[in-house]
Amino acid sequence: MTENRVLLEINDLCVKYGAIPAVKQVNLRLYQGEIVALIGTNGSGKTTVLRTISGIVRASQGNIRFEGSEITKLEPHRIVQRGISHVPEGRGVFADLTVLENLKMGAYIRKDKAAIRQDIEQMFSLFPRLAERKNQLAGTMSGGEQQMLAIARALMARPKLLLLDEPSMGLAPLIVKEIFRAIRSVNREGVSVLLVEQNTKMALAAANRGYVMETGSIVVQGDAEELKNNAVVKTVYLGMH
Amino acid sequence: MFLQQLVNGLTIGVIYALIALGYTMVYGILKMVNFAHGDIFMFGSFLGLFFMKHLHMPLYLAFLLSAAATSAIGVVIERVAYRPLRTADRIVPLISALGVSTFLVSLAQKLWGTEMHPFPTAFGRGTVTVGSITFSEIQILILVLSFILMLGLHLFVTRTKTGTAMRATSMSLTNAALMGINTNHMISLAFAIGSALAACAGIMVGIYYNAVYPTMGYMAGINAFTAAVLGGIGSIPGAMLGGILLGVVENLGGAYISTQYQSVISFTILIIVLMIRPTGILGKKDINKV
Ligand SMILES: Nc1ncnc2c1ncn2[C@@H]1O[C@H](COP(=O)(O)OP(=O)(O)OP(=O)(O)O)[C@@H](O)[C@H]1O
Ligand SMILES: [Mg+2]
Repeated sequence: MTENRVLLEINDLCVKYGAIPAVKQVNLRLYQGEIVALIGTNGSGKTTVLRTISGIVRASQGNIRFEGSEITKLEPHRIVQRGISHVPEGRGVFADLTVLENLKMGAYIRKDKAAIRQDIEQMFSLFPRLAERKNQLAGTMSGGEQQMLAIARALMARPKLLLLDEPSMGLAPLIVKEIFRAIRSVNREGVSVLLVEQNTKMALAAANRGYVMETGSIVVQGDAEELKNNAVVKTVYLGMH
Repeated sequence: MFLQQLVNGLTIGVIYALIALGYTMVYGILKMVNFAHGDIFMFGSFLGLFFMKHLHMPLYLAFLLSAAATSAIGVVIERVAYRPLRTADRIVPLISALGVSTFLVSLAQKLWGTEMHPFPTAFGRGTVTVGSITFSEIQILILVLSFILMLGLHLFVTRTKTGTAMRATSMSLTNAALMGINTNHMISLAFAIGSALAACAGIMVGIYYNAVYPTMGYMAGINAFTAAVLGGIGSIPGAMLGGILLGVVENLGGAYISTQYQSVISFTILIIVLMIRPTGILGKKDINKV
């Protein structure tokens, strides 16, 4: 992580839904190997930033660069091919497909069948619960299991950058711990992570650096350690008064 | 008598099913009713007729070439008339579909006139008797070919990577795109497959009734759409089941009550099913909760 090579670079990004701005002049940088946390209150624009990176919504201004080349106008499937996988808010597993089929869809862009099979086994060791349920329909699984599946499925594309949108949402503390353990382990293997979270404490504990968003803009940024002690972050996000 | 009517009902039922699949695959992904689908079926029938009558091709080639040409027509229709309107209000592509429907009927009338054309094939006129049931050759062709096509589609969507990707796309366009699936390709593929199946159905109907005409897609389209809704629109097994069920019920109703009441009977069934299960027999309420 000490390489200091910029992997993702967001410059003056503005995004609107109709006429209403959701993201205003956002600048964000993620270095190779980092976990960067993006935190903020409800409706501050975190999900919109991730969706714009993946090409699902379009920037009205500004640009996004990945590994030095611009991806702002690429179609979503091209962005996956560049090496960015997005675990959407609400998990987005394919409810009527089995766990195994979901994982195979994660590897859709790949053709190396033998390696795909190995990676599936690796996902099963990362999340043993998925192995037990490999032929179960994803829609019948618990929220925690679906989140594990969504993360595993994204990893099946062998991304360089993983975008995670509130992986802890609605999950029991024990499951949240398991998921964060997996995120750290994936990061240690070399996958960079942009992590959107409401669980500020967990997010800052896992992250190297963080950004705080409010009504579409970045209001505070810095090292995770710094942010934990930041007055605004402390009162608004960590609930300390 | 009952078994005979059952066979007759199955014959028309599998035809409905083949056409219903096109409605359901497109609806599954785009949440849009392709009102032009019945007319695509009609075009498939005319193209089959053209290949046989004017180019003197054998029946199997007429099937293959008509299916290929009709699927190309379906893909072009989506590209030209629906895709540019994808982000517009939901009513807009529906109006465009009605426009396409009118266009196809007018074009067929221009090319081939408004009259009924007999299907120039010696095949299908003979009969085979098994016990108390008499199958016409064309009935056997319809049952066997439709079964093969439906089995093929089933294997494609459940066993292949592309087929699975198509199902994933129908569950969520956005989440499929996040897998690196080119969702526009999947949409084109749904139109291609649906149109090819409709073309095969068109040729079979043309031979079965020995009549091909520009407005033949109207009733066939309505019935097949009813079948898709009955089975649960968006569901592939639903379309198969709905088509067969509708064909059988319609035929038995026609035989035992009155042929005058055939449509009344099928619509009554539809209404009853929708009252009990608003999503159709195999339909899903809302697959993605997001
Ligand atoms: N599809 C949409 N259409 C219109 N407005 C939208 C849409 N999606 C989000 N918004 C609006 O854009 C703003 C930012 O929303 P976004 O979902 O990015 O916030 P968020 O930080 O992810 O919030 P949360 O923490 O609740 O997930 C909000 O005001 C929201 O109402
Ligand atoms: Mg959000």
